[in-house]
Amino acid sequence: MSEQPALAVATHGLTKTFGAQVVVDNLDLVVPYGAVYGFLGPNGSGKTTTIRMILGLIEPTAGDRELLGHDRPIAALPRIGALVEGPAFHPYLSGRANLVRLDAVDATADPRTTRRRVDAALDRVGLMAAAAKTYRQYSLGMRQRLAIAAALLAPRDLLVLDEPTNGLDPQGTREVRNLIASLAADGATVVVSSHLLSEIEQICSHLGVISAGTMVAQGSVEEIRARQQTTAVVHTADPEQAARVLSEQGLTQIESGRDTARGVADDDHPPEQLVAALVAAGVGVRGFALERPSLEDLFVELTGEGFDVAH
Amino acid sequence: MSPTEHDPTDSEVSTRPPRPSSNLLNQGSDAGPSSTPDLSPQDLSSSKQEPARPTRSLSTRGTSASKRPGRFLASELRLIIGRRRNQAGLLVLAAVPIIMAIAGAVWGSSGRGADLMSLAQGNGVLVPLAALGVEIAMFLPLAIAMLSGDAIAGEANQGTLRYLLTVPVGRTRILAVKYLSLCIGALIGVGTIVVAGLIAGGLLFGLGPLTTLSGTQLDLGNTVMRLLVGVAYLTCALGAIAAVGLFVSTLTEQPIAATIAVMIFVIVCTILGAIEQLAWLHPWLITSHLMAFADVLRDPLPLDNMLRGLGIFASYAVVFWLSAWARFTTKDITN
Repeated sequence: MSEQPALAVATHGLTKTFGAQVVVDNLDLVVPYGAVYGFLGPNGSGKTTTIRMILGLIEPTAGDRELLGHDRPIAALPRIGALVEGPAFHPYLSGRANLVRLDAVDATADPRTTRRRVDAALDRVGLMAAAAKTYRQYSLGMRQRLAIAAALLAPRDLLVLDEPTNGLDPQGTREVRNLIASLAADGATVVVSSHLLSEIEQICSHLGVISAGTMVAQGSVEEIRARQQTTAVVHTADPEQAARVLSEQGLTQIESGRDTARGVADDDHPPEQLVAALVAAGVGVRGFALERPSLEDLFVELTGEGFDVAH
Repeated sequence: MSPTEHDPTDSEVSTRPPRPSSNLLNQGSDAGPSSTPDLSPQDLSSSKQEPARPTRSLSTRGTSASKRPGRFLASELRLIIGRRRNQAGLLVLAAVPIIMAIAGAVWGSSGRGADLMSLAQGNGVLVPLAALGVEIAMFLPLAIAMLSGDAIAGEANQGTLRYLLTVPVGRTRILAVKYLSLCIGALIGVGTIVVAGLIAGGLLFGLGPLTTLSGTQLDLGNTVMRLLVGVAYLTCALGAIAAVGLFVSTLTEQPIAATIAVMIFVIVCTILGAIEQLAWLHPWLITSHLMAFADVLRDPLPLDNMLRGLGIFASYAVVFWLSAWARFTTKDITN
């Protein structure tokens, strides 16, 4: 029991087919301990199916899963707080009664501390004032908060939050983001899925991008950023000559257009050195820029479509 | 791992910044005896402690599991009883013996003489039995059909099933608790009819020694015992229907569809039971054995009919419970 598993969540060749349709295809998820893992992909790309497989709601067609060192989800689930595809509670029970219900069915929960833990969870998501209202009366934002509170009923090592900001207003989105950041600061590993990069980009340490059931990019945010190439763009009346100079300087993927030349630069090519070389070679430089695509651009490129196209 | 791993000065804290164990709700759970300084290692691993490793914490949390095994069942019963619709259903069940007693008291015998209701006018004890005879054909199966629709299909429809499963609650445990709560619901339904019947019958006709269909007299203690046998028998019959309902409930995500399917099952069985050419089939139908409970009015109590009925009920319960289990434990929860 003393062996520390290296990864909080790891899947190997995880695959799910519904009939002839391959929804998740050979997915290798790598979530290190302590990471805030942003699981990104357009709607319908297989995020929720993957999350359901991780949590044991759906049996994979092939492949295996490892959670907190266990290969059976149910063994790890007591240490996992989960939000799957939106909140779901008994409509005619109050928010508090719903949490008490979830605690009562948890064989590992201590009934003597139920009240304290329910109150702490409600307090953490700011629902204390509405605790006695029936779930039916809750707004979508309150329902989302209650679902997050349910995920916080017991101490958790891993939080799996599927689209936690769905249906929240911008302020609610920011609050959820802050909440996730504070949970991560307490040491929990967080897997948070979204179809909107911008909603979770700031808090993620790791990203996994899924498109049509396949992982198209995965790693720490730095690793993914480093994959993006910086392109030097020279505006000039003599693009041929400029292209030659860029080539001599060691840039790759040289292209020249009607009045521009561009090449992929790495860290060995400081812009001042490139400009000096161009000028020394007699190229009339009208403009010079280093272009680096944003993460958002990268994801649009990776997933082949805008993030809300499938919305 | 040594038991001192709880020590915050543990060197691993600094070597592995992202600790796998969080203290999300630490403030709320660190009170109690675990704050005393001289603890034995066992005390340290109590569920209130924040363990440093998930694997260890799992095992320590597990120790508290056996403390309140009935919490899930109690919560389930609270859900069933707390629901307005079910309360209204109980009122309907209770209304039948009351209406029957009042009708009997006001308008007297139907003249046919031998039916239970005519007998009941001499003795209020017979009112609950007469009411059970009326309600076991339709109302009680309908009540069980509604409850079993809620059991799995209702939770699936609401989406609460996926959150039960991620708590986690084992699927077999969910089925067992759901089935047990259906059977208790059946007992509550039958019991409500009996209690309402006894009150209404007692007020209007008085409760006296029971004259059996065989002509003998039973004292009150014996009569109550006979009533309890009838209640137990019908609860078992409804338990068999509940197993059918539980199975149907695992097949659909629409609670109403499950309820209707169970009612169709009961009605089809009743119809088959009425077709003389299918007499060979009748012993195998749940509905053929329902009225055997009226044997409690005979003396000495003949058990063979009821035992045969119990055998059929048990067979249905086992077959459909296992079908429900086979279905539910392999089902993908996609809603």
